[in-house]
Amino acid sequence: MSGKAPKKPMTAKRLKNLVLSVVTNPFNLIVLISLVMLICLVAVPLVSVLKTTFTLARAEARRAGGQVGDFTLYYWKYLFASKLSMATFWRPLSHSLLISFFTCLIAVPFGSIMAWLMVRSDLPGKSVLSLLIIVPYMIPSWCKSMAWLSVFRNARGGSPGFLEGLGIAVPDWLAYGPVAIIMVMVLHYYAYSYIMVSGTLQSINSELEEMGEIQGANKLQIIRSITLPLVLPAVLSGLIMTLSKTLGAYGVPANLGLRIGYYTLSTRMYDALGAGTKGIGYAMALLMVFMASGCIFANKIITGTRKSYATIGGKGGHSNVLHLGKAKYPLMIFLIVFLIVALFVPMMILVLESFQVSTGAGYGLDNLTLYNWIGDLSEAPKNVNFPGIFKNPDFTKALWNTVRLTVIASIITAFCGQFFGYVSTRGRGKWYGSLIEQLVFVPYLIPSIAFGAIFLGMFSVKHGPIPSLYGTFALVVLVSVVKHFPFASRSGMANMMQISTELEEAADVAGASFWQRIFRIVLPLSKNGFLSGMMLVFITIAKELDVIALLMTPSTRTLSYLAFVYSADALPQMADAISIVMVVFIMLSYLIANKVFHADISKSMG
Amino acid sequence: MGRIELKNIDKFYGNNHVLKNLNLTIEDGDFMTLLGPSGCGKTTTLRIISGLEKPQNGTMTMDGKEVINANDAFFLEPGKRELNLVFQSYALWPHMTVFDNVAFGLKIKKMKKEQIKMQVMDALEKMRIAQYADRYPSELSGGQQQRVAMARAIAGHSKILLLDEPLSNLDAKLRIDMRAELKRLHNEMGTTIIYVTHDQIEAMTMSTKIALFSAGELIQVAKPLDLYTNPATLMAADFIGNPRINFINGKAKYEGGEMKVACSLGNFTFPKKDVTEAAPAGEFDCVIGIRPEQIEMHREAGEGMVEAKVYADQPAGSETLITVVCSEDELLVKQIGIQMYTMNQPVYLKIDPDKFNVYDAKSEKLVKFAV
Repeated sequence: MSGKAPKKPMTAKRLKNLVLSVVTNPFNLIVLISLVMLICLVAVPLVSVLKTTFTLARAEARRAGGQVGDFTLYYWKYLFASKLSMATFWRPLSHSLLISFFTCLIAVPFGSIMAWLMVRSDLPGKSVLSLLIIVPYMIPSWCKSMAWLSVFRNARGGSPGFLEGLGIAVPDWLAYGPVAIIMVMVLHYYAYSYIMVSGTLQSINSELEEMGEIQGANKLQIIRSITLPLVLPAVLSGLIMTLSKTLGAYGVPANLGLRIGYYTLSTRMYDALGAGTKGIGYAMALLMVFMASGCIFANKIITGTRKSYATIGGKGGHSNVLHLGKAKYPLMIFLIVFLIVALFVPMMILVLESFQVSTGAGYGLDNLTLYNWIGDLSEAPKNVNFPGIFKNPDFTKALWNTVRLTVIASIITAFCGQFFGYVSTRGRGKWYGSLIEQLVFVPYLIPSIAFGAIFLGMFSVKHGPIPSLYGTFALVVLVSVVKHFPFASRSGMANMMQISTELEEAADVAGASFWQRIFRIVLPLSKNGFLSGMMLVFITIAKELDVIALLMTPSTRTLSYLAFVYSADALPQMADAISIVMVVFIMLSYLIANKVFHADISKSMG
Repeated sequence: MGRIELKNIDKFYGNNHVLKNLNLTIEDGDFMTLLGPSGCGKTTTLRIISGLEKPQNGTMTMDGKEVINANDAFFLEPGKRELNLVFQSYALWPHMTVFDNVAFGLKIKKMKKEQIKMQVMDALEKMRIAQYADRYPSELSGGQQQRVAMARAIAGHSKILLLDEPLSNLDAKLRIDMRAELKRLHNEMGTTIIYVTHDQIEAMTMSTKIALFSAGELIQVAKPLDLYTNPATLMAADFIGNPRINFINGKAKYEGGEMKVACSLGNFTFPKKDVTEAAPAGEFDCVIGIRPEQIEMHREAGEGMVEAKVYADQPAGSETLITVVCSEDELLVKQIGIQMYTMNQPVYLKIDPDKFNVYDAKSEKLVKFAV
């Protein structure tokens, strides 16, 4: 049954009908709009930033000995082969790699083992523990770094933290720098491996394992030769996601590293773009994109063919639980202690610190105050120039910015995601379907901080009819929207995949136009998926610091950034209070997302 | 009104040629079944008629009006073809009640409210599901959903009704009920129905005409019983009929206005009026096709009978199938009621030469009609 469709001679009538059928079909219009949007917002910024790194800017024109706008290798040479490249590039790079390596080394096995315990063992209290275990993931990573500081801060950070307050001297290497950064990142990113591996473990048909049992394998042999190979792709995916996320992280290394001059690639880049040579900053951003894409492509190559079998779903049913025997209770206690030490204690200390007059001075009545929450400037203690956060216009402004950013950006993102999802599922196998699917995926390859840098570079100057957006709220919205395209359109695709094309065809035959089909069939049916997808984007954007850190100006600051600024300004109690507001806000959003819209938290990978 | 004419239709999916030069005319009021094994192009044909697929070649007219002209890249939109379609999956909109599902097309046409209500309830009553008007599809059984899909298709009084394997998701008993229902519906409404199925019983029992497809080609268009008695090719003969037809190899010679056939069942001679145009002149290898119920089987020898041995019997209550061996050939014989035989029991077969078909072994085409 093979053969080629014949080529037809082009007649005037044929041409007219062909043009008419393309022009009168609104689907093509949507495809066109999607393509133009993605090209302008994803492809063009990347290329334009690449161009910037080869173009001489005014500030460096004299030093490099050329005209503004000349082609130059100055920035790349500066980065790789100059007297300063050790300090600007190689050392921060080695720090970034060190942090990423150790974070992966600890977080991935930890998350994977945890997943296995929760899904396949008879650990007591599993249902409660498996809920609690993703709580750390809901808390923004920069909030965790605040909590770390509130425990370990020493005199160098301005005011002492909890341990110093108890009279325990905390050395710098523990309070700040790589150890602190790695610990905080592990506590955040183990969730990736946990979520990926537990998802895979749940989808493995236990009949596969039971077959091994029938063949005479013991439990350990089954785990080694059946279960482990099956989850290996998921473990690898978790590893590579963790790697690329830690490489692009900004909030944590900035908060915990800068005080002792410990730079990573991301914090160095931030400095270069903020106060230094912009061209170098952009070059660093591109290198980060390159490294992260390398990671993700490596993931695709390694797991690409194997992934397929990992998703072979069983019909659910019972999975054979592995009995832990005597190790059962010690393991449970270990997990509970872990959660308490890693999560609840630091959060409690963070909360308590926000009520302290001076940090690290104990919790006597004389050291407790509500000033940080509701104090007036007139009763301010020395060294404090701000009223309590609820009386502070900066806070109100930041809260308002956060709310409007998350609401506006998540609605736009979710809508775009549905449309991209619609176009790419209905265009399956057509050139535009796969092109859109690939373009939409690109922001995922770009580390958060580099993504902000690219948008900064692209939109801080005027482009034809588009004015310079630098410092505007619109740019913050835009960057948040585009950065979350991959996630939103993945959920849009999953959503659209569930709506059989036959439902649309039935309406088509009944005489409904394209828009009638969209509004009366597709949208009503995708409503639930749309809402839950939107809530997950909402939460991710609310937590966000890394993507928007570079674009913040006093008028567009969000809560995350304000807390970060206060922490850097040695106002830990204020920063803590803001973090608490943030955590409460996010937890409430999760609760609503989960209870009202039935969104699955484990599906958000922000 | 509802005459459809398809001419020289070709459909490719990439380099896959799924419909090859299809020419098919469906007369007004026909119950035309497109029959064939899966992947033969029957559903593609239906989707081309509905407008959901665009062929690369050919034309289609409805009542003389052009709706497809591939040369001019002209394809009338599905909604403007005044037809309706029932999907195999039913494709009921899960977010609408039964009433709204059926009313959708009428609302699109901007009919008056009372008129819509009347037509919807009329359709629901015809399908005997008026009591479920306010339910959602998920609250109905498979058979009831099927009726909703049917009601939705007939509510608009379209000239043409397209049905894509509508009964394949029903259990055996419901399927028989729905067959009767569909046949009555066709009779009462007089619409043209185009029905896709791979189930030959459905095709035989309901259609006024059957179009038999194989591998993207139209093999034969005929009335059901004509298709059964005289399948045009060996493939068609093999596909139609359950239990399947017996094939016996033989030798044929066509000359002097008569055809002589020799095989293990005996030697036969046929007059010219029984011979088709596909018959080659001179001697050729042939295949004789005999339906199991056309073979008379006796326990005692008689005149003009051929001896055979029982290989195995399969009594099933209402009928008995017996496999017998006659010289080298294995034959299946069907008898009504319960019949008991012992293995290797000698039996005697009587064959009416008028009742069997002869095919040219080379071209696989029918060369002698059964009467």
